[in-house]
Amino acid sequence: MATVRIPTILRTYTDDAAEVSIDGGGTLQEALDALEAAAPGIRTRILDDNGQLRRFVNVYVDDEDVRFSDGLNTPVAETSSIAVIPAVAGG
Amino acid sequence: MTTTIDRSIDASVTDSSPDFGHATHLTCRECGAEYGLGAAYACVECFGPLEVAYDLSTVTREEIEAGPRSIWRYSPLLPVAAYAKDEPNLAPGFTKLVRADNLADRLGMSAPLWVKDDSGNPTHSFKDRVVAVAQSAARRLGLSTIACASTGNLANAVAAAAARAGMGSVVVIPADLEAGKTITTATYGGTLLAVDGNYDDVNRLCSELIGDPITQTWGFVNVNLRPYYAEGSKSMGYEIAEQLGWRVPEQVVIPVASGSLLTKVDKAFRELTKLGIIADEEYAVYGAQATGCSPVAQAFSEGQEVVRPVKPDTIAKSLAIGNPADGPYALDAVRRTGGAITSIPDPEIVSGIRLLAETEGIFAETAGGVTLGNFIRLLESGQASRDKETVLANTGDGLKTLNAVEDVVGPTATISPSVAEVKAVIH
Repeated sequence: MATVRIPTILRTYTDDAAEVSIDGGGTLQEALDALEAAAPGIRTRILDDNGQLRRFVNVYVDDEDVRFSDGLNTPVAETSSIAVIPAVAGG
Repeated sequence: MTTTIDRSIDASVTDSSPDFGHATHLTCRECGAEYGLGAAYACVECFGPLEVAYDLSTVTREEIEAGPRSIWRYSPLLPVAAYAKDEPNLAPGFTKLVRADNLADRLGMSAPLWVKDDSGNPTHSFKDRVVAVAQSAARRLGLSTIACASTGNLANAVAAAAARAGMGSVVVIPADLEAGKTITTATYGGTLLAVDGNYDDVNRLCSELIGDPITQTWGFVNVNLRPYYAEGSKSMGYEIAEQLGWRVPEQVVIPVASGSLLTKVDKAFRELTKLGIIADEEYAVYGAQATGCSPVAQAFSEGQEVVRPVKPDTIAKSLAIGNPADGPYALDAVRRTGGAITSIPDPEIVSGIRLLAETEGIFAETAGGVTLGNFIRLLESGQASRDKETVLANTGDGLKTLNAVEDVVGPTATISPSVAEVKAVIH
C-alpha cells in the first residue's frame, strides 16, 4: 500500500488520522481519487476548480516535489509515500 | 483504510482572551475566510496564507515618537499587547538609516541614496524584528518553546531571543550553512538540528512536525506563528518612513527570499498612508534575488502570476528559498508600484558586498550584496532611476558570510616588522 501523509488542517476529513493508506501503482491523480474515496471531500481541498494543484499546497511523492516531476501524472508506486503540505511556511 | 492516529493540537486553542493589541482575527489572503487569533497559518478552505487583521483606529506620529527606540514604538500597529515591550526580549529595531553619499556618487545618482542597515540588530539581521513579534505571540498562546526552519539569520535570532526570555528553542537548519551562522546559533544554546538537505527540505520537515505531539508546546515562528512573525517585518518600513521625516522614499530595494519582507515593507507604507501619518505619495518597490535562486525574478520577467519552484544554487544562502511562500504577493507589490524583481549572478553579489564596504564602511552579508548588485543592474537598464531618492535594505552582517569574500580579499602585503618593507609596499 502507498501512504498519504495528511496535514493537520485536513485531518477533519480523516478522523484525525495523520496518515492514510491507499492503493498505489498508478498516477498521483489516481492516488488522490483513492484518497477521496477514503476521505470524502478532501480532494477539493487539494485541487482547485480546474482540477489542478492549489497554489499554496505542495505535494511530494517519495520526497520529490511533484512540480519538479510530472505533477498530477507523477507515478505512485505501491510502496510510495505521498506528503501533502501547506506551502505557506518559511522565510 | 489504515490509519495512524495523531492527536494534533487544535490551532484554535488559546488562553481565554489573549491580548494581541489591535489585532482582531486572522484572515485568508486568498479566499477571505476568517479565523480566531491562534497558532494557525494556512486556510482550511484553500491552503492560502493567513494574515493578521486589525482594527487600526487612530495612531498618531506623536504616540509613535514617544515610544522606545525599538520596534516596540510601533506596537499599536503590530499584533502585540501594549506590555509586550516590557517582557524579556531582544528589543530589536530602530537601526540606522545611513546616508550613502559616497555610494551615490559612485553610481552617478543625483538623488539621495540611503542604506537601511539592519546588521545593527541584536543578532545582526532583520530577523530579530520578526522573532520578537512571534515570541510575543508564543507567550500569548501559551507556547513555551520557539522553533524555526532557518537559512541562518533566523536561527541566530530565535536561539538568542529564547535565551534572553528563558524559553526553549528548537532551530532546524540545512547542514551546509555558513560556519558564522551555525556556530553563533549553537553558542546561544537550545536545540540545533542540522539537516542533510536544503532549506526547502528543512521547511518541509518543520511543516510536517506541526501537529506532532512532540511539538505541542512549540511555536514555529515561521510556520504556525507565521502570520504574527511576518507582521514584524512591517517595522522596517515604518522606520524607513519615520527616519526620512515621515515620508516614503521614491524607490526601495529589498532582497527576496520568501518575499515576506518586501510585501510587509510595502504594507507598512500603505498603512501609514491610510492612517494619515504620511502623505499619499508614489513609490516603487524593487525585489532582488540571486540568479542561482531566482524563482520570483523569473516569474516577473515572464509575466507570470505563479512562481515555479527551483532548486537553489547560490552563495546567497540566506536567500536560497526555492519555493517562496510569498512570491505571488511580492509580484503583486512590485507590479502595483511600478517596480521590478531582478537577479544577479554570484560574482556580482561579491562585487556588491565589496562596493558597499569600500564606499560606506558597511560590511553586508551576501543578501546585501544581492540588493546593491541588483540596484546597479536596475540603474543600468533604466528600470530604476538615478534621479529618485532610494533606500537599499541591508538585512544582515557580512561577518556571518566571510566565506563569500575570503578568496578575493586579503592583506595588501605580508611583510616583516621593518620600516623599509612598509615603504616598499606604500610608495
